[in-house]
Amino acid sequence: AIPVRSSRLPLLSDAMPAPAHLFPLIRNCEISRICSTACYCHHKHLCCLSSHFAHGHFRYAPQKKFAALYRPKENFNHFIHARDYASTPQRFYLTPPQVNSILKANEYSFKVPEFDGKNVSSVLGFDSNQLPANAPIEDRRSAATCLQTRGMLLGVFDGHAGCACAQAVSERLFYYIAVSLLPHETLLEIENAVESGRALLPILQWHKHPNDYFSKEASKLYFNSLRTYWQELIDLNSGETTDVKEALINAFKRLDNDISLEAQVGDPNSFLNYLVLRVAFSGATACVAHVDGVDLHIANTGDSRAMLGVQEEDGSWSAVNLSYDHNAQNEHEVERVKMEHPKSEEKSLVKQDRLLGLLMPFRAFGDVKFKWSIELQKRVVESGPDQLNDNEYTKFIPPNYHTPPYLTAEPEVIHHKLRPQDKFLVLATDGLWETMHRQDVARIVGEYLTGVHHQQPIAVGGYKVTLGQMHGLLTERRARISSVFEDQNAATHLIRHAVGNNEFGTVDHERLSKMLSLPEELARMYRDDITIIVVQFNSHVIGACQNEEL
Amino acid sequence: AAGMFLRLLSDVRWRAANPKWRRMTCCQRSTSSTAEPHPVSLPAQAQVVICGGGIMGTSVAYHLSKMGWKDIVLLEQGRLAAGTTRFCAGIVSTARHVSLELKMANYSNKLYQQLEQETGVQTGYTKTGSISLAQTQDRLISLKRIASSLNVMGIPCEIITPKQVAQLHPLINIHDLVGAMYVPEDALVSSANVSLALATAASRNGVQIHERTSVSHVSVQKGRVTGVETDRGQIQCQYFVNCAGQWAYELGHSGGEPVNIPLHACEHFYLLTHPLKEPLASNLPTIVDPDGRIYIRNWQGGILSGGFEKNPKPLFTEGRNQLEIQNLQEDWDHFEPLLSALLRRMPDLEALQIMQLVNCPESFTPDMRCIMGESPTVRGYFVLAGMNSAGISYGGGAGKYLAEWMVNGYPSENVWPLDLKRFGTLQSSRTFLRHRVMEVMPLMCDLKVPRWDFQTGRQLRTSPLYDRLDAQGARWMEKHGFERVKYFVPPGKDLLDLDQSKTFYKPDWFDIVGSEVKCCKEAVCVIDMSSFTKFEISSTGDQALESLQYLFSNDLDVPVGHVVHTGMLNEKGGYENDCSIARLSKRSFFMISPTDQQVHCWAWLKNRLPDDSNLTMEDVTWKYTALNLIGPRAVDVLSELSYAPITPEHFPSLFCKEMSVGYANGIRVMSITHTGEPGFMLYIPIEYALHVYNEVMNMGQKYGIRNAGYYALRSLRIEKFFAFWGQDLDAFTTPMECGREFQVKLEKGMHFLGQEALLEQKQNGVYKRFTMFILEDHDTDMDLWPWWGEPIFRNGRYVGKTTSSAYSYSLERHVCLGFVQHFDEKTGEELVVTTDFINQGEYEIDIAGQRFQAKAKLYPFSSLFTHRRRKDEVELSGYQRE
Repeated sequence: AIPVRSSRLPLLSDAMPAPAHLFPLIRNCEISRICSTACYCHHKHLCCLSSHFAHGHFRYAPQKKFAALYRPKENFNHFIHARDYASTPQRFYLTPPQVNSILKANEYSFKVPEFDGKNVSSVLGFDSNQLPANAPIEDRRSAATCLQTRGMLLGVFDGHAGCACAQAVSERLFYYIAVSLLPHETLLEIENAVESGRALLPILQWHKHPNDYFSKEASKLYFNSLRTYWQELIDLNSGETTDVKEALINAFKRLDNDISLEAQVGDPNSFLNYLVLRVAFSGATACVAHVDGVDLHIANTGDSRAMLGVQEEDGSWSAVNLSYDHNAQNEHEVERVKMEHPKSEEKSLVKQDRLLGLLMPFRAFGDVKFKWSIELQKRVVESGPDQLNDNEYTKFIPPNYHTPPYLTAEPEVIHHKLRPQDKFLVLATDGLWETMHRQDVARIVGEYLTGVHHQQPIAVGGYKVTLGQMHGLLTERRARISSVFEDQNAATHLIRHAVGNNEFGTVDHERLSKMLSLPEELARMYRDDITIIVVQFNSHVIGACQNEEL
Repeated sequence: AAGMFLRLLSDVRWRAANPKWRRMTCCQRSTSSTAEPHPVSLPAQAQVVICGGGIMGTSVAYHLSKMGWKDIVLLEQGRLAAGTTRFCAGIVSTARHVSLELKMANYSNKLYQQLEQETGVQTGYTKTGSISLAQTQDRLISLKRIASSLNVMGIPCEIITPKQVAQLHPLINIHDLVGAMYVPEDALVSSANVSLALATAASRNGVQIHERTSVSHVSVQKGRVTGVETDRGQIQCQYFVNCAGQWAYELGHSGGEPVNIPLHACEHFYLLTHPLKEPLASNLPTIVDPDGRIYIRNWQGGILSGGFEKNPKPLFTEGRNQLEIQNLQEDWDHFEPLLSALLRRMPDLEALQIMQLVNCPESFTPDMRCIMGESPTVRGYFVLAGMNSAGISYGGGAGKYLAEWMVNGYPSENVWPLDLKRFGTLQSSRTFLRHRVMEVMPLMCDLKVPRWDFQTGRQLRTSPLYDRLDAQGARWMEKHGFERVKYFVPPGKDLLDLDQSKTFYKPDWFDIVGSEVKCCKEAVCVIDMSSFTKFEISSTGDQALESLQYLFSNDLDVPVGHVVHTGMLNEKGGYENDCSIARLSKRSFFMISPTDQQVHCWAWLKNRLPDDSNLTMEDVTWKYTALNLIGPRAVDVLSELSYAPITPEHFPSLFCKEMSVGYANGIRVMSITHTGEPGFMLYIPIEYALHVYNEVMNMGQKYGIRNAGYYALRSLRIEKFFAFWGQDLDAFTTPMECGREFQVKLEKGMHFLGQEALLEQKQNGVYKRFTMFILEDHDTDMDLWPWWGEPIFRNGRYVGKTTSSAYSYSLERHVCLGFVQHFDEKTGEELVVTTDFINQGEYEIDIAGQRFQAKAKLYPFSSLFTHRRRKDEVELSGYQRE
């Protein structure tokens, strides 16, 4: 059984009122109460703030956002209350095909191509998917194969205070990493090509879902920043071979730095000028995997998580964490933050499990409100476009803000040597991890990938089992199997469980249907955006590599 | 858990300490008996070596020894009755669709009943009866058909209502039932103990039994078995019997000459429970619920229930050793649908405690019928295996038939439906078997409707025209691996899909075939009949003619260019084959036989033709594509394409000429159609097939030519009273019995096989007569259609069964063909059947319990023959079986 987090709202019981009945009530009667109520954000990264200051004319945003700001329990009471007023409660169910079309809308699969009938890569391929709760979704994902070095990059990015920063990081970070990994000669070659207007060596081959877009307008700006980076690398020419860990750290820091600089410098194009500011003032966590042969590096900034699925000798599944969450639950992280600031700030640094009482992740891209000095913030906001000025959030300075920066994008990097029993890697934003325990994730993905045959066979042995009991058990197992067959994508399968699991750990269609039919205004209260990448490893290649190394 | 399954799975120790081994004991596993001295050493030679100590091996040994053969050695690689026999559910059921199987099961039942008394070995025989349930009306029809068969065999059987079911069995939920069939004399046995009892009786008769002895090789010299090699030494023998069950396939391939025994094992599961609070009576009827795919029998106060799931698990495709059979895993998830069906049928069992799920592999064959008989390639090599999970029901009867076969040269019944020679190498691919048995096993419980075609293992042998015909809407059936057209679906017309088209009533293709028949009668049709078996026999001198004159009953010494219809008869005058032979030259003959004769006919001729290097026989089946041009305008099409005169003066009936058709030269054209309609068979070297077909279709356009299939052909031949070998004719039918005296030349000046028997029949009369029945009060649209195997009643008394039937579009009536016998009213003795006896009766045909009036005829309607080409000779022959 999955332990249900206390912060999660209980599902509305049988008769869920149609949203049309619900929202007018909130809109018309409750606004003042909502506004005056103490804010509580249900696992939002950033407290007290409209997550969309992109749309952000301050009026505390469109009404639909209020719900998300509201304390869940009270909220729930409101709904009960609201239901009393609802004259004709309607049932709101989705059929299984409708559920599937929602779940599968963003699914993507990539299979590493074979040469001569062989896949020599340690990666067989990956499945990824996203389920939005915010509208629009604030999570992003990226996957690409490095073309000038070996290896594959995969990452999930969880944005907060809008999606601008997550979007920018998802577009740019892998280029920074790839460039950091490039040998000196290749960098020179690329620079020469740019210099002489020749065609550029391709650096990355992206594996994108049609919904994963890149911003056309900013590409020139982004490219120039990147070029400056590699030019500096060329000048630095350390002559040493590139260490992956170092490259990852450098890339993260450099990109965050560039985001910050671009916002300070601004852009003559007003659209771009506004864009770079939005990127800098919003934030994003990142959890990135670099796989090259048996070398797996995880670079993590924030509270997304990487988990390795390991098949034990008896066929069962276990989970190995390959990242640490950077949040208040991580003692080391709290310790680190306290070390970086004077003792006088110790009490104000972490409040209500949030950085400065506001931010849940302790490391993030963007979020210049936690990085810049107060003067710089004021200067940029004042000289910035009107939209920025109109936004209360950007003007708002965090309390007890004395010794910035309070936030860093520097990742923690974990290196893991892949073993044949390491079957898959799950990268996912906290939307998944707050609903499912990693052990269940390992089991569900493991059973999915190996097919149902590996479901532990039942043996009666010496136990006393009646036909009726056995029948019940088998029916339940079959339901689990059929839910496996429904999905062609491991990430989709995992989302189905994350959203639809009942207390028995099996997918309950009715629950799934209810969760997915929540209007977008409500969805955010019951679940967060979920983004998942499941990378499947090639045990044969890994085994062979291991033997070579021995 | 030792001793848990004492009766059912009794773990038998076969003690053979003394050389004059005569004793068997039954004991449980014990640690004290680990040291077991091997019994006697193997004999150096024996007349018969039987491999396999299961129900089949012991039954063969039992019957052989009863028939007087004493010099028999039975070898078992493990212990007696330790394979599938040990795990078998022990249900003896006579409710079988094929009447031959029904007879075997009936004999087995009677044998087992008295076995305990005969041998002193407890067999656990209990007469419980069986109830087959019907959840649908179609299922009930199917059961009624079986009930008709059982009743005329004298086996008590009745169709009962759901209420009566509830009275017979206290636990059954009857709310979804429409009826049932009750067979009160069906029984339960401990199959292992039956096998031991048979072994005991056999050993008393002198059969030597050796356990823990594996046969590794069967030695063959000059096409005959000479001995076997075992892990304990060699035995020289004249006969070898392969009763190795699911290992029979591998054993068949371990000899000097491979013997193809197409069977494949599938896992089979059944459930054992602890006793109910109020233990079930041991005489409670066995329940078969085919719609739920399960059977349920009482077992030690609890139940035993298994079934035949839709998704069987084939195993041992790569071949394995026997040990693994002991270690097969229970698979509850796989059993789930069957468990659901069980709890639905008997909801009160919910609280019953599980004892075990037994995984017991069973072997299945490509056509759901068992395999027996002598190898076509190795003389003296006999096989009895592939029981399709009915081993205990067939065991006694099958062993008896095989013993008769070995001792007398042929069993007392026509066993062609079970003959090993119905298969050849083409059914022996492991992939084919694996795929086919996955279809066959679920079929055990599926509704058996007329005209069923297997869906797996298809498109193996095809005509070069396959794609062309397929593109024109052909629907296919398969015979001996060869794809043949049933009919052509006209463009724009849709037929029901496979499952929905299952019916005992008027099928959805009725009008389609009707229009093909009409075209055959009024214009011209083309039927691709390439599947026929074709041999060429030639010699340097007169050897070919002399040999064939001996082997065939008609006179083959005809002028070159003539075609002769003739039977290939056995000593008793029965049809081993029915064929057309064209004399191509003085010394070479072209022989055409039914499709499934390829193996049997070849073996029959090989074994009887003199061993003479100047006499050659070649199988040229694959070399020719055969097109049948049927209809009054066939002659016009052919003459336009060949620029040769084809008038009856130049090309009379039953002639064969090589001529050109279109650009293609050397096409063998014969003026026969196998239907009694005018027309021609074109035997075309395959590389010309497409050209000739195209030419025929182009030229035929102005004569209204169209494609037709075998269903049209069947309708045409049956309304003209043409018998087909394998369907109507068999090794127990003589030409005298089916009105084909004119195809026998008793005075052809030389002796031929079967001549004495025919002479005797000619003098004394026949005991059965092939008769045509026209159904009188049968409504084609509303009533059940006849199929074959329907009982025939004369003046209210059973006189025989039908062998084939079809709707005649000309008569607008159903026509059934079948044999009429004459049983003495008091003694039941068979009497001579005279023409008067046939003509002076009132007949009825029983279709699933409903009787329809029928008019009997011994000669076809002459009005149906529009063009009689040769007054004195009516063409009467044909080859297809449906």
